[in-house]
Amino acid sequence: MQTEKIFFYLFAAILIIAASMVVTVRHSVRAALFLVLAFFTSAGLWLMLHAEFLAILLVLVYVGAVMVLFLFVVMSVDLDQGRLREGFGRHMPLGLVITGIVIAEMVAILNIDALALTAPETPAYSGSNVEAIGRLMFGEYIYPVEIASVILLVGIIAAISMTLRGRRQSRYIPVSEQLAANKRDRLRVVDLRDAPVDPSVTDHSGGGQS
Amino acid sequence: MVTLSDFLVLSAILFTISALGIFINRKNLIILLMCIELMLLAVNTNFLAFSYFLGDLHGQIFVFFVLTVAAAESSIGLAIIVLLMRNRGSINVQDIHELHG
Repeated sequence: MQTEKIFFYLFAAILIIAASMVVTVRHSVRAALFLVLAFFTSAGLWLMLHAEFLAILLVLVYVGAVMVLFLFVVMSVDLDQGRLREGFGRHMPLGLVITGIVIAEMVAILNIDALALTAPETPAYSGSNVEAIGRLMFGEYIYPVEIASVILLVGIIAAISMTLRGRRQSRYIPVSEQLAANKRDRLRVVDLRDAPVDPSVTDHSGGGQS
Repeated sequence: MVTLSDFLVLSAILFTISALGIFINRKNLIILLMCIELMLLAVNTNFLAFSYFLGDLHGQIFVFFVLTVAAAESSIGLAIIVLLMRNRGSINVQDIHELHG
């Protein structure tokens, strides 16, 4: 049990240091790398909470996909670090004071005996964690899972349609304009017998005008 | 023994650090997105701590949904950053005032 406590404090220290570096470090690339460290450490903490599936998911999805996307964007955009750091030192003292007050309040509230629960003797499920989560997810929570998949689809479509550069390679027919056209706009029937003769129109064919 | 309040205090500290990050880095959109990710991480740790210490597996399902929504949110946020960089050449929050809000 003492090892568990040692590991908890080790992970907590690394996590807090990494989070502080994310918010204070000068370069965005380093901030992203410290965020990766924070995610890895959190995965360790989640393993201590017997959430094996979610710990692996955090490493795979967050570190593997989201943080790589972050690093890709940070490295591809050209950041003006000097202008983005304006006001950093000016807001720092007030921010630190407020942070200290909030942390002190939270610690005072959360360190009560009612919340000092120890780990339960028997686990909440039998068998593997993935199996228990899968039974819940595809049983009781099947509709929220479907909605989550729709949210991911919306994310895909939004991201692609926003960043796709609109250069069309092929000729195409605008269907909406085609459907909006009607006969009155395109076609005009003129009765040439009664029409006044326009003197500006010259006769090229040699025949009559009517 | 590690108790529930240890985890709660840890995630409270993490949440407050990321709130401080939003407060002091309010020019840089990318750092703001990273701070939001850290906040969601703290909330997820809270969910998992309650789920473990109260012996209820439903908290882990909620962490799964939070992870899903956070992934979609960060991808759309990064797409917006790429668009801003392409159209205006800057991701400074103070340069973004088209809506005059």
